Amino acid sequence: MTEQPGTYKSVSIALTGAGGAGVITAGNMLLEAAAKSGLYGLFMRSSGPQIRGGEAAAMIRLSSKPVGGPGESFDIMIALDWHNIDRFAIELPLTPNSLVLADPAQGEVPAVIANSGAQIIQLPMKDMAKKIKKGRPNMLALGVVATLIGLPDDIVDAVLERVLAKRGGDALEASRAAVAAGMEIAATYDFDRTLKGDADGGDRWMLSGNEAAGLGAIRGGIRFVAAYPITPATEILEWIAPNLDKIGGALVQAEDELASINMIIGGSYGGTPSLTATSGPGLALMAESLGLAVASEVPVVVVDVMRGGPSTGIPTKSEQSDLNIALFGLHGDAPHLVVAPTSVSDCLFATQWSVHLAEAMQTPAIVLSDQLLGQSKAIIDKPADLAFVSQRSVVEAGVVDYKRYAITQNGVSPMAIPGTAGGQYTADGLEHSENGNPSSQVNDHISQLDKRARKIESFDYGDHWADIEGDGELAVITWGSTAAVVSEAISDLNDKGVNIRMIAPRLLAPALPDKMTEALKGVKRALAIELSHSEQFYRYLKGYFDLPCPVQSYHRPGPLPFRAAELVNEIEKWSAQ
Amino acid sequence: MSVQPATKALSARDFKSDVKPVWCPGCGDYSVLSSITKALAELGLSPEEVAVISGIGCSSRIPAYLNSYGFHGVHGRATALATGLKLSRPELTVLVTGGDGDGFSIGGNHFLHACRRNVDMTYIVMDNRVYGMTKGQPSPTTEPDWDNSALAPAGTGLRPFNPLVIALASGANFIARAFSGDPNGTAQLIVEAIKTPGFSFVEILSPCVTFRPDQREWKTDVHPSPVDPTEDIGRAARRLMTDDGFNLGVLYSGHRKPYALNFDASVDSLSDLEQQFAV
Repeated sequence: MTEQPGTYKSVSIALTGAGGAGVITAGNMLLEAAAKSGLYGLFMRSSGPQIRGGEAAAMIRLSSKPVGGPGESFDIMIALDWHNIDRFAIELPLTPNSLVLADPAQGEVPAVIANSGAQIIQLPMKDMAKKIKKGRPNMLALGVVATLIGLPDDIVDAVLERVLAKRGGDALEASRAAVAAGMEIAATYDFDRTLKGDADGGDRWMLSGNEAAGLGAIRGGIRFVAAYPITPATEILEWIAPNLDKIGGALVQAEDELASINMIIGGSYGGTPSLTATSGPGLALMAESLGLAVASEVPVVVVDVMRGGPSTGIPTKSEQSDLNIALFGLHGDAPHLVVAPTSVSDCLFATQWSVHLAEAMQTPAIVLSDQLLGQSKAIIDKPADLAFVSQRSVVEAGVVDYKRYAITQNGVSPMAIPGTAGGQYTADGLEHSENGNPSSQVNDHISQLDKRARKIESFDYGDHWADIEGDGELAVITWGSTAAVVSEAISDLNDKGVNIRMIAPRLLAPALPDKMTEALKGVKRALAIELSHSEQFYRYLKGYFDLPCPVQSYHRPGPLPFRAAELVNEIEKWSAQ
Repeated sequence: MSVQPATKALSARDFKSDVKPVWCPGCGDYSVLSSITKALAELGLSPEEVAVISGIGCSSRIPAYLNSYGFHGVHGRATALATGLKLSRPELTVLVTGGDGDGFSIGGNHFLHACRRNVDMTYIVMDNRVYGMTKGQPSPTTEPDWDNSALAPAGTGLRPFNPLVIALASGANFIARAFSGDPNGTAQLIVEAIKTPGFSFVEILSPCVTFRPDQREWKTDVHPSPVDPTEDIGRAARRLMTDDGFNLGVLYSGHRKPYALNFDASVDSLSDLEQQFAV
C-alpha cells in the first residue's frame, strides 16, 4: 500500500451472502461502530427479489468526511458464500487494489470476482465459527473488517453489547469470541485501510432516508398517516407508526393507494396535517385524487420513494424516473408542489419543508425521494432544529358570510375546520364559486384557476429552493440523490484544478426560472445529470427555464447508482469539449 | 357516539342549504335529502358537528344541498375520505351519501373495507340500479335483463350485486333498507343508523324516474320487513340471501366494537423521538 494509514479518502466494504447469513446485521453493527469512532458513512443495501433466502449485500462506505454516495470500487469484500453472485457482482466493482476474503468451504472463487485481479485470501470462516459455541461467520467477518479499517476494539465491543445484551443467552459471548477470532486473523494480513475518525467532532446521527423522511414529517406537524405498504417506501410507515403513536398521532393501513390518498384528504380536511408514503405504482393510483386535493385546496403530503419503472419495474432498486408523473401526472391545470431531497439527511429537511409549504398554501406536495436515499443508512451531523411547522390559515367560530374559496391577493383563503360554527361549506372537486357551490361558469373557473396558481407562484421560497455549490463558469444541474454524487465528483475535479458549479433544485414545482437564471449567472455551459433513461430532468429544464447558456445531458437509467468516478469522467469529457 | 343535544332545537329546514338540486323532477333523492335533514334535526345535532361526504353521481350531490360541512370528492372514494375524517376527528358525526355505481362498482373495494373496518359512520346509498348522471347505463345492481341502455342493448346478463349481503359478510354493524317514497320511515332508519356505533349501512331504494320509469312501481313492491331486526349474523345472512329486495326496516344490528385510533401522546417532545438516532 502506497498511502499512509488514515489518509484514504474513504474505504468501501462489501459483505455478501445468502439471505439469513447475517450480512445486514453485521453491516449495521459495523456502521454503528464506525459512527461511534467519529467516522461518517453510508450503508447501502442490495437485495434480490426473494422475500427470504435471496442474496444480500451490505455495501458500506466510510470516511472522515460526510459520505453522499457509493465509492469508486470496493476496498474490502467479504463473501460468506457465493449465493447468486453472478446476479449482483456488477454492483460490486473490484480492482487489483481490493482484498477479497473467500471461504474455501463455499467452493471456488467465481470468475466474475477472480477476474477483477483483486487480492484473494481464503479464510475458512464457517469452520472457524463452528469452533466457537454458537459462533457465526458474519461476526467473524465483522471482526476482520474492524481490524482492517482500524476501529478501536472497545468501541466494537460496546456495539456488540448494545445490540446483543438484550438477546440473552450466550449470544453476546458467542459474537464476542467470533469477532475476536476475526480480529486476530486480520492482524496478520498485509492490508491496511485504517481510517481516522473524529469522535469529538460534534453530535452525529445514524438513520436511513426513510426514517429521516418520517421524522421530517412529524417535525413538520404531520399527525395522521394513511398508507398501503410498498417497496421501497414501507420503512417510512414502519418507522412512523410507533413514533406517531408516541407523539400523539396515528397511522391507519388503507386497503389500497386510492384509499390512502383519500383518507389523508379526509384527515387534512378535518384539520389534521396528513401524509402518505408510496412508490411509483402507488403514486400513479393517487393521481386522480391529488387533483381533488388541488381543486378542493386540501393540503396533503405524498412521499414517493422512487424505484425502477415503469409498471412494477425494479422494486428494490433506485431510479429518478418518476419526475414526469410527479410534475405532470395530474389532469387539468393543477398547480402543486414537488420537492426532492438531495441527500439522506435532506430527506428530513425536504419532508418537513414540504409539510410547511403544503399547509401554508393548502395544496398537495409530492416529496420525490428514491430507493437509494430511502433505504440507505447514513452517519450524518445532527440536523439543525428548524422552525418550519405547519401553519394553516383558518377561520374562527362565528364567522359570517364565510367564503371558503374567497379570491385573495396571495391566493390563499382561510379554511374552516369542521366543528367551526358558521364555517360550514362543501369542499368540492367540481369547479366552484367563492363560497364553494358547484359552478361551470366562465368567471368562476378562471378566477379559481388563477387563485390556485397564484398561491404557489407568489410564495417566497427563500434560498431553500436549491443546493448551490461553487462558482465555476461550467455548471452541472442535477437533482435528488444524484446531487450528492455530483458534489463529490466536483470536489474531485476541484482537486485536479477544474472548477465546476453545481445547482441542484430542491423545489421542482413550481419551477422558479428567475432563481435558476440567477444561479447560472456567469455560467458559459451547463450539463444536466440524472438517473433516467428518457432524460426527464433535462427536458424539464429545457421546457420550464430560460436557460442563459447551452445545456447538454448525461443520463442513464438505474438500477446501478452513479459513482463519483463515472461522473468525473463524464464531466471531464464534457468540459474539455 | 358523539351525538350531543344542541343548545337550541333546530328544524330540518336549518340543515338545508340554498343551493338548488340538479335532480330531475320526481327523483327519489329529493325525498332522501329531506329525510337526512329530518334525522339530523331529530338527533339535535348542530350543522357544524356534521360532515357529509360523497363521491360522484346524482345522489353524491347531496352535501352541497345541506348546511353542514361537506365534501364532494372523486368517484368511488367517499368512504375512504370519510374514514380519514372520522378517525382523526372522532367527535364529528360523519355520513357518507352516494349511489349504487359510486359505491358498488368503482368504490366496491372501499365498500368492503369500510364494512370490515367498522368505523363509526353511516353510509347511505340511494340505489336506483342505473347510472343517472351519465344518462342511463347499467350499474352493479341493475337487473340482468334490463335492456333500455345503449351500452347494453341486450341487457347485461349479469347477476346483480347484493349490497346488503356483501355488507353483512364484510362486517357492517348495522344494515337497513328504506324507500324514498316513505320519507318519515327513512328518516327514522337514518336516526337509528347514526345512533348505532360502528359502520351503519342504509340502502335506500330511490327511483330514477327518468331512466328507470319502471321503478315507479316500487311503491307497490315495498313492504315492511315481516320480522323484527336481528342481532344474529347467521339469521341475518339467511334473511338477506332470501330477501325479495323490498323488505324495509332494520335487517341486522350487531355489537361489533367500532374501529378507532388513539391520538394520546406518551412523550412530551420531539427530542424524545430523536434520541433513537443519536450515535
